[in-house]
Amino acid sequence: MSIDVGRVRKDFPILTRSVRDGRPLVYLDSANTSQKPLQVIDAIEEYYSRHNANIHRATHQLGEEATEAYEGARLKVAGFIGAADESEVVFTKNISEGINLVAYAMGNAATSGPEAERFRVGPGDEIVITEMEHHSNIVPWQLLAQRTGATLRWFGVTDDGRLDLTDVDELINERTKIVSVAHQSNVLGTVNPVREIAAKAHAVGALVLVDGAQAVPQMPVDVAELGADFYGFTAHKLCGPTGIGVLWGRRELLETLPPFLGGGEMIETVAMERSTYAPPPHKFEAGTMPIAEAAGLSAAIDYLRGIGLEEIHAYEHELLAYALDRLREVEGLRLLGPAEAEDRGGALSFTLQGLDGREIHPHDVSQVLDAHGVAVRAGHHCARPLHRRFGLTASTRASLYFYNTRDEVDALADGLRQTQKFFSAA
Amino acid sequence: MQLESMYQEIILDHYRNPHHKGLRDPYDAEVHHVNPTCGDEVTLRVRLDGDDVADVSYDAMGCSISQASASVMADLIIGRPVKEAMNTGDEFLKLMQSKGQVDPDEDVLEDAVAFSGVSKYPARIKCALLAWMAWKDATAKAMEAQA
Ligand SMILES: Cc1ncc(COP(=O)(O)O)c(C=O)c1O
Ligand SMILES: [Zn+2]
Repeated sequence: MSIDVGRVRKDFPILTRSVRDGRPLVYLDSANTSQKPLQVIDAIEEYYSRHNANIHRATHQLGEEATEAYEGARLKVAGFIGAADESEVVFTKNISEGINLVAYAMGNAATSGPEAERFRVGPGDEIVITEMEHHSNIVPWQLLAQRTGATLRWFGVTDDGRLDLTDVDELINERTKIVSVAHQSNVLGTVNPVREIAAKAHAVGALVLVDGAQAVPQMPVDVAELGADFYGFTAHKLCGPTGIGVLWGRRELLETLPPFLGGGEMIETVAMERSTYAPPPHKFEAGTMPIAEAAGLSAAIDYLRGIGLEEIHAYEHELLAYALDRLREVEGLRLLGPAEAEDRGGALSFTLQGLDGREIHPHDVSQVLDAHGVAVRAGHHCARPLHRRFGLTASTRASLYFYNTRDEVDALADGLRQTQKFFSAA
Repeated sequence: MQLESMYQEIILDHYRNPHHKGLRDPYDAEVHHVNPTCGDEVTLRVRLDGDDVADVSYDAMGCSISQASASVMADLIIGRPVKEAMNTGDEFLKLMQSKGQVDPDEDVLEDAVAFSGVSKYPARIKCALLAWMAWKDATAKAMEAQA
């Protein structure tokens, strides 16, 4: 492991605080949102203390500096994910908005010109997702299907938490308009074979959107190499601030994709009868955007690159393997998702039985862990269909990031044993 | 540790051995309520006899707090006038909104006072209220059907 985790942790002020009557915080909820290093906090403060102005419309020095901060962040993101150029990078509020952008814009294609033909969906067309998606990558497609009469279909999940690709050639067919799939599951940790799926989709002329919310924080991602058409992620899961996300799209697609939100900044000219739109990415950025957040995201990318995405990935992989071993030792724990660390990220969802063999509900597990200072998530983690697939309504999820340690994994395992004691009849 | 203030022995007892669990016939109205934060779900049936709560039965999946609360509630309200039971429900709601600052009225709430510790944990309040909300809803439906 080439990460000096002791040094890394010094960058995160929050990791030194205590919770619940003086217990040291063990933060294992980074798949939900990551913590922020000083470098990011400082960048946001610096932006507001020195450069704050509105962008693109101000003709003064501060306006230039703010525009520089915002457009500089776009350039940074483009380099970070391997975009052809920065015009392929659209800022959104989060990845949920990014996915909605594509889904709504495809809905708008019905009433747009012939250039938007390839985005049109209607009765007989199919939209393909998977059973392991986050609700953010389910509901926008359900809404699109409802609005247009298209059919929503999905890949199932195998017992060991991988995508079930047995019927891939039936699911992805000449009626398929778009395939939208998570790069990495927020519940199972599974890393999906996006490249293969994209190749299948492209072979039948379908578009491919990849939900990279969990992947971008944990591994080097190159959108061109993946073969996606759209790729989204959200800054707050990669040490950046809340309030900003990214939707990358191939340039020629963004050019013809109809707009989603209308407003200031996304236009070319406006007359009372109708308007024409700015070229991408601005066509998709209506109104004043999260400028300070863009500066924060830029600092987060610098920070992650400073440590190294390969190093982060390798460190997490080892910590994950360690955690899988530790959790396997906890009797009555059933892990969801792949049992081995291969093609798997650091989300560890599980159910837990008490010493009496009775299930302890995740909310109760997380409550006892919280009393020990261990922060995890309980519930369906915005993936209810996936939980249903495993016959569950909820699970407990511990999720790792590069600032976590083996001691913290041990604290989790200890906490789980305490939980079992607490809930078993005396 | 603060844990014991939430998970009082009464709550753990009801959780381990819930009362009136399992759906029963006959009934006048059935509802299904979920607590989206925790995934707790309850299906609850109500039978009225004039102005009285003749029966409440339920099937619940979820955390100890939501299960124990359904059990305590059923004990409290079966056989009571609807009006009184509603009043108890209002008291319980007040207790849950009290952030631990109110001394609960034990005469009205009986075993349900044990949930006062829960009111200090915002994420769990919905768990404790789930069955009560379902019961109110089911009762309103049953009364509508009668009217
Ligand atoms: C895989 C995945 N997709 C989408 C989201 C939604 O992210 P956001 O709430 O930032 O839009 C999340 C995180 O909650 C996620 O893990
Ligand atoms: Zn609950």
